[in-house]
Amino acid sequence: MSHSGSLFWFARHEVRLAWRDMLAMMTAGRPARERMLAAGVIALAALLHLVAFLVLRGTNARGIVPDLQTLIAVSAALLLSASAMLSQAMESATRAFYTRSDLELILASPAPAHKLFAVRIGAMALTVGLMSLLLVGPFVDVMAWRGGWKWLRAYGVIAAVALLATAAAVVLTLALFRSIGPKRTRLAAQVAAALVGGAFVIGLQIAAMFSTGTLSRMAFLRSSFVTARAPGIHSLFWWPARAALGDGWCFLFVLSASVATFLAVTVWAAPRFAGCAMAAGSISREAARSGTKSRSFRPATAAGALRRKEVRLLLRDPWLMSQSLMQLLYLLPPALLLWRSFTFAGNAAAICVPVLIMAAGQLAGGLAWLTISGEDAPDLVSSAPIALSQLLKAKVETVLGAIGLVFFPFVAALAFVSPSHALVAACGIAAAALSSTLIQLWFRSQAKRSQFRRRHTSSRIATFAEAFSSITWAATGAIAAAGSPLAAITALLAIAILSGVRRLAPAGAGSMAAATA
Amino acid sequence: MELSNPPRNAAPPALEIRGLRKCFARPAVDGLDLRIRAGEFYMLLGPNGAGKTTTLRMVSGLLQPDAGAISVFGIDARTDPLGAKQIMGWLSDEPMIYDKLTPREYLEFVAGLWGVAPALAEERARTLIRWLGLEAQTQERCEGFSRGMRQKVALAGALIHEPKLIILDEPLTGLDAASARLVKNVLAERVRAGNTVIMTTHILEIAERMADRIGVIAHGRLIAEGTLEELRGGSGNGAATLEEMFLAIVERDCKAA
Repeated sequence: MSHSGSLFWFARHEVRLAWRDMLAMMTAGRPARERMLAAGVIALAALLHLVAFLVLRGTNARGIVPDLQTLIAVSAALLLSASAMLSQAMESATRAFYTRSDLELILASPAPAHKLFAVRIGAMALTVGLMSLLLVGPFVDVMAWRGGWKWLRAYGVIAAVALLATAAAVVLTLALFRSIGPKRTRLAAQVAAALVGGAFVIGLQIAAMFSTGTLSRMAFLRSSFVTARAPGIHSLFWWPARAALGDGWCFLFVLSASVATFLAVTVWAAPRFAGCAMAAGSISREAARSGTKSRSFRPATAAGALRRKEVRLLLRDPWLMSQSLMQLLYLLPPALLLWRSFTFAGNAAAICVPVLIMAAGQLAGGLAWLTISGEDAPDLVSSAPIALSQLLKAKVETVLGAIGLVFFPFVAALAFVSPSHALVAACGIAAAALSSTLIQLWFRSQAKRSQFRRRHTSSRIATFAEAFSSITWAATGAIAAAGSPLAAITALLAIAILSGVRRLAPAGAGSMAAATA
Repeated sequence: MELSNPPRNAAPPALEIRGLRKCFARPAVDGLDLRIRAGEFYMLLGPNGAGKTTTLRMVSGLLQPDAGAISVFGIDARTDPLGAKQIMGWLSDEPMIYDKLTPREYLEFVAGLWGVAPALAEERARTLIRWLGLEAQTQERCEGFSRGMRQKVALAGALIHEPKLIILDEPLTGLDAASARLVKNVLAERVRAGNTVIMTTHILEIAERMADRIGVIAHGRLIAEGTLEELRGGSGNGAATLEEMFLAIVERDCKAA
């Protein structure tokens, strides 16, 4: 039995909560689904291993030599993982400050809070590491099976990257907290997390675009431009890549250095977390002021009042920024490609069409969830003398209006390069956004806006349908942009997906308040 | 279920309920009949799980009844829900406001939902904000508000369209003494102005002091109704407090059940 308030006691408490939380998230709170979940996990692991086997079947696992091109490719993959982990860890660290849940209970108790924060920092590292291992693990296993156990060291390298990324995230978040204060850190850290997460991929794409004229990252990494500027083959810079490729000494160095860094940061940061969490708690009580001091009430119909309210809430949503920023960031490379095409009269407009359509579908899904399901006062709007159909129509109009505003500049720019591609993009954006919005409408379930991050757990069907719909519309756009009549087939497929989803949707979700009753 | 026709020239009751039923896992409201006159301050009492909130949510159009009829000032709330909603104001026990809106913006939104003209809405908002002592917070977003302040903002929202029938479910929960008095004063003023208030509460002193009539619900049925004096007469103890009467009525009903 562990001593209460000890590191192990807190760890056991956190593991229990995390386990139950994860189970509830995966099974939507229905214990009967646990067996199905276990079977699903096994099937997924088998599938991922099969994919890894098929991808690596032509690779000679014993014959890989750490030449410069290999080291560049492996290092790029590690940097990609590190940027994703850093982004995820920054978001977790920010949430640790601002999510109240049990924090006030623990801070008010005589238990040493720094131990809890030390455990939570450890949990962040574990979470971000596990996410990467889930994706990389099958490839490592296949390489170990075909090339020997030394490939298993890649697991250690991923763990080392997770520890370093978490340590960096904690230091960065604390630095933000100290420099700009608790009030601005929430938004700034969310933006920084989104930027960090997308920066490496987007940076590579932009570099590839300017050097090779395509969005292909591999072409850029293999180019003489990169190899000529890379550090020498014996440089310390390549040690993580060498460790991942099975070099024992490099592996020991990378792992021990990352563990030492992580422990040092945890010892330094854990006591500071409590102070920051208390400061963050005090700002949630401190009211933000609105800029509408002396403005008179404006006339509006009930639907107009709803639309105005939705727009205001979307603009003021603290988590929406980070959740949507990444989607918008990925529009940057196609936007630059467009600009470049415009300048050099290239033929890259067609590449932008599916990217824009995909982004519109995904963004519309998020916004639709926030406006339709994330209604914080369902009783109020349901008790108002406005028909449910009018109410939902106003919300849908808000989503489509917002999508129109975001994507209009891109379509307008595309129209300068190629009016026909712009037309295809506009139609695709409208179709994808409308489809995602309809899916959210059919699968609406009452939730708090603050649950936005977990919206995918409320309905798996809606989540997959939204993704498939956006992908199919993007494919339709790509084929139509290439001038092929086959686009009609994918368009019909997208419509079929939508009509299939309509049949699966719960019959008559009723009033906004019905779900809460 | 048909509602009774009021006598010629007689004003329709503020609320008339006949044979109202709602069943979840078990019956929550079980054939409830209720008639509340216009201009009354009516208190609905009952133990936890008696069906008070379910009844009020059905009246407000937030929940679909399984059976029964609801009429609000003569408007059939089941066939013309929008017409009924237009003259009703609802306030739940959990304050329903938007964290990211200021009280002024919230009231502007609610006024828009009920189609109140902007100038009139603004004037009413100003009055309500003053009455409820929210002047200092009008430009602050509600996210930092205490429960009491949120409840006051929600109450202002329920009153901004000057509903003829005001339905309040535990509106005084979580309010401090000063805020509770403010809310009570506002409600009393509304009744004096001719509006009807239906309110549930567990604070029996408030019911004793403010109600024109009191209804007691248990197991989804109305088990006692009347003025304080009528209830005293019915209990056979002329000196009993409402608390004593309430407990005796509920206990009698439990034994009978």
